Amino acid sequence: MTSASDFFRQVRSSIREVSPKETDERRSAGAVLLDVREQVEWDAGFIPGAVHIPRGYLEQQIESLVPNRASEVILYCASGVRSAYGAATMSQLGYENVASMAGGINAWRALGLPVAQPAHLTPEQQQRYSRHLLIPEVGPAGQARLLESKVLLVGAGGLGSPAALYLAAAGVGTLGIVDFDLVDVSNLQRQVLHTTDRVGEPKVESAKRTIEALNPDVKVIATEAILGPDNVAGLIDGYDVIIDGTDTFDTRYLLNDAAVERGIPVVHASVYRFEGQLTTFVPYDGPCYRCLYPTPPPPELAPPCSLVGVLGVVPGIMGLLQANEALKLLLGIGETLKGRLLLFDALDGTFSELRLERDPACPACSDTAREARVGREALPLPIEVSR
Amino acid sequence: MSRIVLPAILSADAGGAKSVDVDGRTVGALVDDLVARHPALGDRLRDADGGLHRFVNVYLNGEDVRYLAGLDTRVDADDEVRLLPAIAGG
Repeated sequence: MTSASDFFRQVRSSIREVSPKETDERRSAGAVLLDVREQVEWDAGFIPGAVHIPRGYLEQQIESLVPNRASEVILYCASGVRSAYGAATMSQLGYENVASMAGGINAWRALGLPVAQPAHLTPEQQQRYSRHLLIPEVGPAGQARLLESKVLLVGAGGLGSPAALYLAAAGVGTLGIVDFDLVDVSNLQRQVLHTTDRVGEPKVESAKRTIEALNPDVKVIATEAILGPDNVAGLIDGYDVIIDGTDTFDTRYLLNDAAVERGIPVVHASVYRFEGQLTTFVPYDGPCYRCLYPTPPPPELAPPCSLVGVLGVVPGIMGLLQANEALKLLLGIGETLKGRLLLFDALDGTFSELRLERDPACPACSDTAREARVGREALPLPIEVSR
Repeated sequence: MSRIVLPAILSADAGGAKSVDVDGRTVGALVDDLVARHPALGDRLRDADGGLHRFVNVYLNGEDVRYLAGLDTRVDADDEVRLLPAIAGG
């Protein structure tokens, strides 16, 4: 019969152990750090970036968490015993590059290396966001990230309404809303943030009331203003993502240039009757609005919705797709529409996709423009809109 | 024949057609044939020098022809060209 301590010695000699310092280096190099302690231990603090599977569930859950058996995985527990057993198990399962961190998180803490606290959600939040918490790609950490995120909606109209409602429902902690307009009865066919009894009220005030009634977790920063060259920088500063729900070329170029300069992604959509266009502009990583449309059409080729009409659901659908893009950007999951223009045709019920390129001569986001920007005035608007 | 797909904002000047079958070996020739069939589109697509307006984007099978060979980009039968001006509505 083998004693427990002999058995552990055998297991330990069959696996690779790494020091906390080496673990820290491997973590930065992309190794998966796997915490195999119990939930209560995890809740008391874990190594930043680690994933968590309690030792008892390791065999059942490791394949879905780390599908590639060639991935480098370093396991840790409190002192290095359970992680050694876990590493041996993973080797038996065919994982080729597995190690156990010697001394566990106790040794890690003793060296003064960083420890993260798990996302704290109140019991009310755990209920409210329970459908998010069940999705591994969101989970408590993702939900906490949303609650700390800031999204700016420029325009509380046809696009901004559905985007704001769903971002608020999703628990995006701060929603900035900029609009200069008053609620008009003709808005209510599509601008679902507003209600009949609020006709004549500022849209931003109406939006704030609707959002706060939907989700008290959300802080609404309402600004009744026209976005202009003098205020754009102050209005967009500090936001993680901007939803472009404006309806003129002037504001679209203005917003683009200011967002590119500050490195803030803009989720763009525009609509015309039964059709919509959508893409995500990630400064310097993908094309910007000026790369896509270097100059705007003349007014007769780009009449506003107030003159040509729009089927109410079209901005509804496009606005929700904008919210979807924003959530992916905030959570760092999935593939955004960066470099792709999505076209929606409501009559045909079709989506088409076009490939977009960064324009190497773009006056806003080319490398040359980026270097030249230091100390320079804002770009002029393209000639057609500034006349 | 190749096909040119038109957004609603242009199709009004093509008798309401959302796509038009046209002949030509280059993107430019397809646009010439489109305008010959629907002359009302001429001013909407072409500038005074006969080139395409800068605000009309052209995609061949989903790729912007600005990064191919522009209007000289070769087109095969069954290729799809899409004309796309910016829209601002929100």
